[in-house]
Formats: sequence, structure tokens, C-alpha cells
Amino acid sequence: MKKLACLVVVAFAFAMMFSTSAYSARKTIIKIGINAPMTGDIPKVGEGTKFAAMLWLEDIEKAGGLEVGGKKYDVELVIEDNEAKAESAVKANMKMISQDDVLAIVGPQSSKQAIPAGEVANKYKTVMISPWSTNPSTTLDRPYVFRGCFLDPFQGPVIANFITDEFGFTKAAVLYDVASDYPKGLAEVFKAAWEKKHGAGSVVAYQSFTTKDTDFSSQLTQIVRSGAEVLFTPQYYNEVPLIVRQAKELGWKGPIVGSDSWGSAETVELCGEACYGLYFSSHYAAAGAKGATKTFIDRYTANFGYVPDDVAALTWDALRLTQQAIQDAGKITGKIEKDRVAVKNALANIKNFSGITGNMTFTPEGDPIKCAVIVKINDSGEYEFYKSSCP
Amino acid sequence: MEALIELGQFILQNLINALQRGSFYAVISIGYSMVYGVLMLFNFAHGDIFMVATYIGFGIATLFLALFTGFLPGPLIFLATVVVTMFLASWVGVFVEVAGYRPLRSAPRASAAITGLMIGIIFETGILILLGAKRLNFPPLMESISYNVGGIYFTNVKVMIIIISLLLMVALHTFIQKTKWGMAMRAMSYDFLAVPLMGVSINIIAPLTFAVGAGLAAVAGILYGQAYPILDPYMGVILGWKAFVAAILGGRGSIKGAALAGYLIGFIEIFVATIFPSTLRDLIAYSIILLILTFRPRGFFGMEHSTKLRL
Repeated sequence: MKKLACLVVVAFAFAMMFSTSAYSARKTIIKIGINAPMTGDIPKVGEGTKFAAMLWLEDIEKAGGLEVGGKKYDVELVIEDNEAKAESAVKANMKMISQDDVLAIVGPQSSKQAIPAGEVANKYKTVMISPWSTNPSTTLDRPYVFRGCFLDPFQGPVIANFITDEFGFTKAAVLYDVASDYPKGLAEVFKAAWEKKHGAGSVVAYQSFTTKDTDFSSQLTQIVRSGAEVLFTPQYYNEVPLIVRQAKELGWKGPIVGSDSWGSAETVELCGEACYGLYFSSHYAAAGAKGATKTFIDRYTANFGYVPDDVAALTWDALRLTQQAIQDAGKITGKIEKDRVAVKNALANIKNFSGITGNMTFTPEGDPIKCAVIVKINDSGEYEFYKSSCP
Repeated sequence: MEALIELGQFILQNLINALQRGSFYAVISIGYSMVYGVLMLFNFAHGDIFMVATYIGFGIATLFLALFTGFLPGPLIFLATVVVTMFLASWVGVFVEVAGYRPLRSAPRASAAITGLMIGIIFETGILILLGAKRLNFPPLMESISYNVGGIYFTNVKVMIIIISLLLMVALHTFIQKTKWGMAMRAMSYDFLAVPLMGVSINIIAPLTFAVGAGLAAVAGILYGQAYPILDPYMGVILGWKAFVAAILGGRGSIKGAALAGYLIGFIEIFVATIFPSTLRDLIAYSIILLILTFRPRGFFGMEHSTKLRL
């Protein structure tokens, strides 16, 4: 009896699977894949991605679907969790491309996942836009991979210049995660830019740690004793509060400067007053925004109860870029391989796209040319626009 | 001369860093060591018991701070948080024993070992489902004040962590050596087949051992929350592994050994990271431990007779 019941359930499950896939085959639905860290080390990044995508879908649905070549299509989001791991991001992309037949993929956010996942997307000729990955390798020699943000070779010198101009320092220390592509790449770029400005040996301490470490006391002890005037740490929001706190406990008095990975809404929430007055480079600043950017911020805040971070804003832009590319492609043939190529060609040709994080035109490599901003965490914990730097 | 002072400061500063880190390994590894000593099994769920205890501590601390701030002095709130968290966490330990290990007491040891891993995963995903993947910020139970004595920086929290850990270990050592319950536990670790025949019930001693281990983990969790205030559901995994290594290095069932080995691992880690790039830290740390175990296979204070028992 039990076996029979089991059999019925399994048969039913199979029937369900086939019935849904048969349904989707009949009517062409445009599927957009989202590859985001819903769990793992940086779940707040995944949450921002999802929320921005939900707002975008809401707009599409309100318009009655996505209009391509005079015909309206329903849009479906396929959200896959990459657990903030490289191998899971690859798996998620494989699944979305081969099983879900997505037309384009938005994500993954961090370079650690975006670099390997981009390999898959490019190999299977599917457009992938990483909104937040700033490491050059993500799009390098991959015609199908794009990004929505500036690159580390641009960001590193921006930060080095900012520190020099603002404080007039000549000796810097760097603390970074050697096992993660983004911090490692950016630390190297920053070191090169700083030493170019202030001569060899001007980075007086170049200390590393490994993902999931929580104790940085031995590295920070060395940094404090190295005579450095400023500490640069391109880390994520789960590490920044610990680094800032431990640095202060060990007698660090100078400023601590970060990069766009600090931009998550959670950094200040976890770090509290210890982070007030610190600076980091970012893609946009929420406090004091105008126009379309402000509209997005207000709408996001009203819906989800907190100010969107740069990930959410960049994801929004990436989705709008995808939308533009699909519309520019002219028509949906229903043959997924052909449509993917058309979307890729359309995306590469977009000029002067006006996004909420700035205007974008893609280079042949798939990287947008856009400005960076220096954000100051003000005394009420908001991310305040401080300075902008354009290429 | 100046360089010498500089070096002295540098070493002392790292010594304090290492004492703090080592305290956590030591206190957590005692939980492993006790269960291993009494029941001859590795409780791989211990790292996750520590994690759950830290979350409980987080809840209690948040609650008490909201209720009593202003009425009661800070140290009293801290003490109340520790006591209540210890009590609740002990029940987590008892639960793990009763639900996870007791049904498998006569099963092959390997089954019991993977039970620990599974309970650990259940705890991790349970917290993940219950509270979401969001990081939590452990509220400070005392204001952190930084001192600078002769160029060496430390905070009152650091000193407190080191002192409380040492006190705990002394208290536990006294409990094991001087009380009737402690004697029963020691007897059980000699022979858990014959001792129950003498009227000491393993169904009381086993949960008691788990409860004490979990209680220690609870204190470690609250202190950990003061030193590294970011909580995530997987925080117990790596800490648990290192504490496990410390327990083995210390010798079976030896509280002294586990504590000593815990501090040793803390010291090796901090000093290796000071001299070498951090990528080499674990490599060098565990090579040293491997070397020690090659010459002392039973750890620092492991007893000879353990070979004749199972496993």
C-alpha cells in the first residue's frame, strides 16, 4: 500500500513537471535569469538584487508585458541562489542556460562568482551582465559577458588619488582577503597606483587574510606598527565592522578607506558608530540623489523599508539594459540560441544609456565607461556624496 | 636599544592577541574533550552547539539589555545573560545527546560520528530558516575601553575574556576532580561498560557531560560575541574544527590538555600570521600539530589505556 502511494506521488510529480514545461513551450515567455547570493557570506547583496529585480518586473507587468517588435511578451524571472560560492554560481548558470532556457542572465554580483560564471555564459553564448563585478577578468575576451559598473583598474587609482588629495598622506597600509578575486585584484591595483604616486615602498604594510577569518589582530598589529597613515581595506560588509573595530582596539588612529564592496546597506548597521566618518569609493550615493535615481530610491525605500545600496541600483540598471537590448533586438523568434545572439549584438551597440548610476556606453570588451563617486559615511550613518571622479 | 623595546612591544602585543584567540579554542575544545573522554565519541556537533549557544546568548542579551538597562548595573546584566544562556544552552547539549547519540549508543562508532555532522547541519540550516541569512550584530554587554600601557594596546573586554576563560577552566577542573559527579564522569571514561554495573547510570552521566560542554560553549559564545560581534549560522564550523584538533592534541579526556592545546593553536596561528603571509598560516599551524602528534600520538596528556577501548 505504502509503495503504491509512493508511486502515485512520484507519477504525479512527473506529470506536474511535464505539464508546466509543455505549457511554457506553447506560449513564448521571456525568461531572465538572476544569479545572486541569497544565502552564504553576503546575503544582503542577494536580497538587494532580488528586490531590485522585483521592482523591475512590477514595471513590466504593469505595462502588460515586454514589448518587442510590436508584440507583448510575458516576462519571468528565474532566481538562482549561488550561496556566494564560485562553484554554485557556475552550476546556477548551467541550470538557467540549459534547463530554464533564459534569454539573458543578470548576475552574479561578486567577482569571485562572476569570473567563473562568465566563462559558462560565454561558452554557451548567453548574454550575462554582472551588475557589480569590478574585476577585469569577468568580461575579458568574453563577447557575451558585460558588466554594469566601472573596473578595478579605474577604481584603484581613484581611491589612491582621493587619499593623496584629501589627506596628503604618503604611507599606506592594505589589508585584504587573499582568497577572494575582488579584494585581491583591487588590493594589487591600489598598491600599484599608490606606489606609482609615492614611490616604491610607500605601501608600508601589505597584509592578507583568508575568507571566513574573524581575527585580524596579528595583521593589524603589524599595520599599526608599520607607521602607515591610512588603511585601505577592500572588503565586504561582514568583515568591515570586525576590521574597523579591531584596528581601533589595537591603537589605529588614522582613517580607514574602503571600496565599492562597502556600499551594502548592512555595513553601517553592523558596524555602528565605529564606521562613521569613513570614506569609500562607490557607484552612487543615496543621500542627496536627484531625478530618476531619487525616484528609484524612494520607491525601493517605500517597498522594502531601507535605502537601496549600490548593488540594488546597479541591478536595476543591468535589468533595464537587458530590457533595452531585448527591445533593440527587434523580434523574438522563439529559437532561443538565435535570440540570445541578437540580444548580445543589441546590447553591445547601446550608446549613452542613461542609468540611475550614471550614463553608460560599452567598450568592445563589454565594460561601461562611467564615473565613480567617493562616499562619506556621515554622522547619522548615511552614505553621503563627497566627490565624483570621471574617466 | 630602541629596536629591542619595539620588538618587545610587538611580541607582547601579539601575546595578548594570541591569548584572546586561544581562550576561545581552549574553552570550546574542552567540550569536545569531555565527550570524547567519557563516551569515546567525537561530538562533531559541538561547533554548532557553540553557534546555537551564541545565538541564544544574542537573544538573551538583547532581551535583558532592553528590559534592565537603567535598572541594573551593567556587570549584573552581563552575569544574568551568562547564567541564563548557560542554562538554556545546556538543554541544547542534553537534547543532542538524547535525540542524536542515545539511540545510536550501541551502533558502530562511525554512525555516531556522522550523526554529529548531521545534527550540526540541522542546526545550521535551522537557524538559517528561522532567522534568515542576515548577519546579526551581538550587542555589547559592556563598554569597550581601550588602554595603552607602554605601547601595548588592550581593551577591558580582552582582559575579561582571558580571565573568565581561565576561571572557567579552573572551576571545571575542580568539578571533575573534587565532586562526586566529576568522579562518576572520570570513572565512566575509564570503562563505560563496567561502571554502569556499579550503579552509575550512563543515561545521567552522558547528558550531564553534554550539558557541561554546551554550558561552556555558551560562555565562549557570549565572549565571542563581545570580541567578534558578527554572527552567522556557519560561524561554528571552522572554530569547531580547530577546537576539535585542540582536543585531540591535548589528549583524550584531558581538560588540562585541551586547554593547553587550545592556547597553543591560538599562539601558533597568531605568530605564524605575523611572520609569514596569512595563506601559510593554517599550513604551518597544522604541520606543527602533525609533527607533535607524530611524536606524541596520544597528545599531551593522553592515557595509555585508551587503546584497549573501542575505536
